[in-house]
Amino acid sequence: MSTFSVVGRRLPKVNAWAHLTGTARYADDIQLPRMLYGRLLRSPHPHARITRIDTSRALAHEGVVAVCTGADMPELMGIMPSTQDETALAVDKVRYVGEPVAAVAAVDEDTAFDALSLIDVEYEPLEPILTIDEALTREDVRIHESSGRPANVFKDVHLEFGDVEGGFASADRVREDWYFFEGTTHAPIETHASVASYDGDGKLTLWTCTQVPHYLHRELEKVLGIARSRIRVIATPNGGAFGGKSDPFAHEFAACWLSMRTKRPVKITLDREEVFYAHRGRHPVLMHLRTGVMDSGEITAVHFQSYLDGGAYASYGIATTYYTGALMTVTYRIPAYKFDGVRVYTNKPPCGPKRGHGTTQPRFAFECHLDKIAEDLGLDPVAYRHRILQPPNSRTVNGLRITSMGLGQCLDEVKRSTGFSEKHGQLPKGRGIGVAGSAYISGAGLPIYWNEMPHSGASVKIDRGGGVTVYCGTAEIGQGSDMVLAVVAAEQLGVLPEDVHVVSGDTALAPVDLGSYSSRVTFMAGNAVHEAAGRLKALIVEAAAAKLGIPADRVALAQRRVFDLADPSRALSFAEAAVLAESKNGTLVSAGSYKPPKGIGGDYKGAGVGPSPAYSYQAAVAEVSVDLETGVVTVDRITNAHDCGRALNPPNVEGQIEGSAYMGYGEAIAEEQVFRGGLHKKPSLLEYKLPTSLDTPDLRAIVVETVDPEGPFGAKEAGEGPLNPVVPAIANAVYDAIGVRFDETPITPAKVLDALQKNKGRVGPEGLGSQTDPKAALRRLTATTDAREKKKVGAR
Amino acid sequence: MNVGKVLVTLRVNGESHTVAAEPHHTLLEVLREEMGLTGTKHGCELGECGACTVLVDGVPVLSCLTLPLELGDAEVTTVEGLASGPELHPLQTAFAEEGAAQCGYCTPGMLLSAKALLDTTPAPSRDQIARAIAGNLCRCTGYTAIYEAVEKAAAVMGAKVP
Repeated sequence: MSTFSVVGRRLPKVNAWAHLTGTARYADDIQLPRMLYGRLLRSPHPHARITRIDTSRALAHEGVVAVCTGADMPELMGIMPSTQDETALAVDKVRYVGEPVAAVAAVDEDTAFDALSLIDVEYEPLEPILTIDEALTREDVRIHESSGRPANVFKDVHLEFGDVEGGFASADRVREDWYFFEGTTHAPIETHASVASYDGDGKLTLWTCTQVPHYLHRELEKVLGIARSRIRVIATPNGGAFGGKSDPFAHEFAACWLSMRTKRPVKITLDREEVFYAHRGRHPVLMHLRTGVMDSGEITAVHFQSYLDGGAYASYGIATTYYTGALMTVTYRIPAYKFDGVRVYTNKPPCGPKRGHGTTQPRFAFECHLDKIAEDLGLDPVAYRHRILQPPNSRTVNGLRITSMGLGQCLDEVKRSTGFSEKHGQLPKGRGIGVAGSAYISGAGLPIYWNEMPHSGASVKIDRGGGVTVYCGTAEIGQGSDMVLAVVAAEQLGVLPEDVHVVSGDTALAPVDLGSYSSRVTFMAGNAVHEAAGRLKALIVEAAAAKLGIPADRVALAQRRVFDLADPSRALSFAEAAVLAESKNGTLVSAGSYKPPKGIGGDYKGAGVGPSPAYSYQAAVAEVSVDLETGVVTVDRITNAHDCGRALNPPNVEGQIEGSAYMGYGEAIAEEQVFRGGLHKKPSLLEYKLPTSLDTPDLRAIVVETVDPEGPFGAKEAGEGPLNPVVPAIANAVYDAIGVRFDETPITPAKVLDALQKNKGRVGPEGLGSQTDPKAALRRLTATTDAREKKKVGAR
Repeated sequence: MNVGKVLVTLRVNGESHTVAAEPHHTLLEVLREEMGLTGTKHGCELGECGACTVLVDGVPVLSCLTLPLELGDAEVTTVEGLASGPELHPLQTAFAEEGAAQCGYCTPGMLLSAKALLDTTPAPSRDQIARAIAGNLCRCTGYTAIYEAVEKAAAVMGAKVP
């Protein structure tokens, strides 16, 4: 029986009532006196030099109050301090259609919109680079001048662990496959919005739907040139984010600059088309996998290559590149592993982190690849995965520390729930079932800028009426982070989540938390609140023990009562106990913080991406029907089991599993962020197909609890991992249904029909492209990397 | 372009409101910007996402494609008018209990589509619920919790009818 009074109970979220009554205040809901409305002018060219900008006609327009251009904020910025290559608005050059060039503030939105056409911009168009192939080979066209790498390569990484050559040499068989995962976008229903207000006291407040108020705070200081102590960032409730609101954006800087210039509040809200240009979504990735296996199925070596189409700017791309390789090792035993990752620039909106950041694409490739290996060996795909599981409390060949590991239980659960082994290979033509496993991090082991400070800080205050307030810099993006913090505090203090006020996402009020990315909040902010609330709990226990005349270890807290475990009728109310504790110790405010332990990753260049204090695990089974006449793939059911350590609030966890399955389904079947000559082909919700209620499969969520030794009450992440097994499970199910391997996404009716009509056994890429020999390209990259490293050593 | 404001009278949530608004501005814009009823959301302003759904005489409409001047004395219901005074609508309670609102942004429109369904079909099948909310995109939930919440609300409302 559970000893918890709040953890594990099915309770409404603390912010549910605001959502359900229309009182939640999202960024665009904010109206301030004298507020101006801003709009951004965007580039019509994928690649061009800006030869002249003249804003005078716009400034002279009735109702226009201020205009800014790239020259007003020329400072380089970007989310990753080591690869900053963006400016708030384009300076000298534009690199994708839709790149912001100028911004207008006017008395109303219509006037601001009209004024955009009065800004005169002259461009000198340049040839755009639009494919990975072109980016790797076109030395004559450079999107950025100074990457120090060949052609348009942004970043290349080459890592090798264990005896890779020996592993392949000793293998009974070696399998090689190419894969391609198409780019997709987050498409939160709320479009990005910001309100900036520069007040008479020289202080700037920015309300914005961001996942990373702390990182944005740093970038605002850098770009606007005012001290961070004079800037307050308030992350408003995000109407969905999924990674798409975790970069600093043009509209945020522009709203601030225009407010500072006009001394009036300025609101900028993006329209839906603009959100497709802001993007920072899933990278299109071309991948090659080479795996050596024994006849038993044991893996002897893996060589994985990834080629990421990064779009026009860095964004999180350095981390994304590493992530395509880093987590390959945490699910199954891989004794030798080689990884080559290359990210290129192209003239398209920048790619960045989308739910599953950089791990979704390789997981698709690897789980489809394993399905083929199982088939080659004549093994059941679930049984095969079971046979090669990475054990708990182990270390991977690339140095990652594994603690709790529930992939085996997840596989058991989805197998039992769906009758997988009775159905696989046994269903009539046109119907199929497929399985896949996966893993994800519970927060990145390192912050994006090097420092020794906590990753998450929280403070907790208890008032004299028994109310509890938690302050933490986390951003509530709809994932339920406020509820997670309330549950942790309530469990510690023996109150209910409804007694807890959560003040989150405000850089002026709350201690720093690094933000809602990399599924870090439950683990890291949860631990920070656990520690802060635990300190106040100790004071309350001590005061109650004295009052009740019992030893402290007999005092328990639950249901707003502080009582004697030996005789629960001897009790104080929580509020009475809090008053005693405050009388004895002074004001009841405490702080707690969390930083991942050292030594959870390797010790090599590039070891910073991949380590996490805990990994979540998942397995999914997809059941599909393929219409042989139309090529339409109907996913009938997705059963998705997820090891979240411990479900602090089960509806939250189930909601994350279902939402992840939904999003993975969309990426497998329909969604694609694709371009025609630099123009987005689908920049609207009519064209970019989000699954509706009628499309979405029957989703079954299964919660697996492994109780992580370091998570708050044993909890790990739930927000991203459950997406990862869904895409390969669907591809594997389609193969089971029609005998066609889909080694690329999305699996559209046109592709299915074409494969059926032409009797193709496989749909997918054959290599890098006509212009590129992958081996030569890699050799060239490795050579330049070596030269760069040697130069650095020489310079020392 | 602004052409000059005109007076617009609308019945919203049982009250009559007269505001000055640009005649080409949509019901969505007038509700949010002139009346301060920001519970109604926008996700595309092109009739694609359903976030701006309100009821007009009990029928779900996309407020981003509706001009206030067309409405005459029709009764508009927004999320702010869903509760009866202090008492929440059973849909609101069920959505909270089932975790059917994650980010909450599609929720106002979703609630109103669901209300219109339950007002005409008190015990809907799951298929009927799916059809009723097919025009309301939700990017968070996968719709599962929303079905469960609508079914729960239907059961609660059915039990209340003598």
